[in-house]
Amino acid sequence: MAEVKEEKIVFQRPKALCDVVTHYCPGCLHGVVHRVIAEVIDELGIQEITVGIAPVGCSVLAYNYIATDFAEAAHGRAPAMATGMKRVHPELVVFTYQGDGDLAAIGTNELIHAATRGENITTIFINNAIYGMTGGQMAPTTLPGQVTTSTPRGRDTKLAGFPVRVCELVSTLEGAAYIVRRSAYNPSEIRKLKAAIKTAFQVQMAGLGYSLVEVVSNCPTNWGMTPLESLKWLQENMLAYYPLGDYKVKDSVKELMAKK
Amino acid sequence: MAKVLMKGNEAIAEAAIRAGCEAYFGYPITPQTEVLEYMSARMPELGRAFVQAESELAAVNMLYGAACTGARAMTTTSSPGFSLMQEGLSYIACSEVPAVVVNVMRGGPGLGNIQPSQADYLQMTKGGGHGDYSPIVLAPSTVQETVNLVILAFDLADKYRQPVYVIADGMIGQMMEPVELPELKPPQRPERPWALTGAKGRPRNIITSLQLDPPTLEKVNLRLQEIYRRIRENEQRHEEYMTDDADLLVVAYGTAARIVKTAISKARPQGLKVGLFRPITVNPYPYDALRKAADRAQRVLVVELSAGQMLEDVRLAVMDRRPIHFFGKMGGVVPMPEDIVDAMNKVMAEA
Ligand SMILES: Cc1ncc(C[n+]2csc(CCOP(=O)(O)OP(=O)(O)O)c2C)c(N)n1
Ligand code: SF4
Repeated sequence: MAEVKEEKIVFQRPKALCDVVTHYCPGCLHGVVHRVIAEVIDELGIQEITVGIAPVGCSVLAYNYIATDFAEAAHGRAPAMATGMKRVHPELVVFTYQGDGDLAAIGTNELIHAATRGENITTIFINNAIYGMTGGQMAPTTLPGQVTTSTPRGRDTKLAGFPVRVCELVSTLEGAAYIVRRSAYNPSEIRKLKAAIKTAFQVQMAGLGYSLVEVVSNCPTNWGMTPLESLKWLQENMLAYYPLGDYKVKDSVKELMAKK
Repeated sequence: MAKVLMKGNEAIAEAAIRAGCEAYFGYPITPQTEVLEYMSARMPELGRAFVQAESELAAVNMLYGAACTGARAMTTTSSPGFSLMQEGLSYIACSEVPAVVVNVMRGGPGLGNIQPSQADYLQMTKGGGHGDYSPIVLAPSTVQETVNLVILAFDLADKYRQPVYVIADGMIGQMMEPVELPELKPPQRPERPWALTGAKGRPRNIITSLQLDPPTLEKVNLRLQEIYRRIRENEQRHEEYMTDDADLLVVAYGTAARIVKTAISKARPQGLKVGLFRPITVNPYPYDALRKAADRAQRVLVVELSAGQMLEDVRLAVMDRRPIHFFGKMGGVVPMPEDIVDAMNKVMAEA
């Protein structure tokens, strides 16, 4: 009789990811990023000490998918809420999940000052160059020439100004410890994204200061593309304006990473 | 316990600390800045949280965050700052988390000035932010009462899981009076099974004001309205002063009420039978008590440091059972007791 081999699980739903169908459009990277966050929470074993803060935007229902304690912030105010939580409960791991409209338009003030104070919180920032939830208007991150419902002839920088580069901006702030830009358009990028999110949480847990992981993302629906076209458009257009890489890694963070 | 001489703003801060406030977030604005300054020294030395926020928007959302974790938390501000907090307060009310906000009101609208005013009454008592919510609003008229009501505000916030406001004004914030404070105890955290503290050993908690499904949001609203009904039933507070034989019933709250009291002490010897009805909870408004007091008098005079914002609530209470008159000052102008005695005489001369 053939020997029965013990089953080895090679792939399964992370514990920190709820077993539900999401409301995201097909091909949208929000779902991928949720999964990556959940994997990191599992690997760090922090599901029971983590509090997430959902934004206003397409990911307004993030708490339906990521299985930790969660609060829903007002549009743009997540970093302030996170500050209030973390100051009372330094032992918690507190992260905000924010889109570009949420973080780089209405919530710029809260972002800049939470980073300036060096709050021990982590922000996952989804940059899809558009307002998804409200139906595709110009975001602060919309590229020059990009057509949106409120830049119907393409973003004219004379009228609408220039896109905001969040990592570059925030990395100038002393309280920021770990500021990096990643993407999620292919498996190798997703692996790099996961490593970055893990580091960001570890930076927070070591009390080293503010950490932010930007994800150059997509919005097939409002870009008017198929999922595959959107990933191609992302690589061909967004990466030039938003180069992937590490924008700020404080020495204390480097030491931490060397130890791991 | 011995009395200490304290400035109103500092008494607000110390009262909150004695009430077990674990987190304070604020932004400088006259005439309440001393609360922030006082807290910046006291809270860290007690190992409690203090943040000077970058704006009132941030302050109220820090308050929201801290309150979500079950902590007793407070912010303080003055009129323009309170306007900025409306968004956050609407979220706090819908999410059913306790929070305490003190508004030391100043002259408005706009940047106005830094003198005492009561012109935020409608904004504070009628919700101010979007949606159907109804905050508890406590209106002290002395520094001692401010201390007592700040402490009560924390208890009511906890009891009903709603934001509770204390409205003072530049006069109360800046004046010094002897006060008695309760003993300083370490903050105690009652069981708050709803709080966000990490889901160790329990199902996870979610605090949200989003309900996309209309019947579900209707349920949330019905639950809120039930809370407000309970508050109306149990928490109305007011003070009556010499109303038993009064022909003229003056209705005033806060600073206006204390000036009215002095005016009464001047008017009574002149033979004017006048009494004061002072709402302490301006929301829920003591409509029934006021109606009864007004029924015993011939006329009603409302005195406010505004164009007549509480006047609307007095009308709702008294309806057309008695003639209602109004005396108000705006723009940070504070009337002298004699001005109010003149107004009393004029009203009674019309009778
Ligand atoms: C105070 C306020 N202003 C405006 C809105 C409407 N609003 C909802 S989502 C959104 C934009 C979100 O865009 P983004 O943050 O880029 O996230 P995405 O939907 O693209 O994921 C806006 C403007 C709101 N809910 N609250
Ligand atoms: S609208 Fe865009 S960002 Fe929103 S879920 Fe759909 S694809 Fe994703």
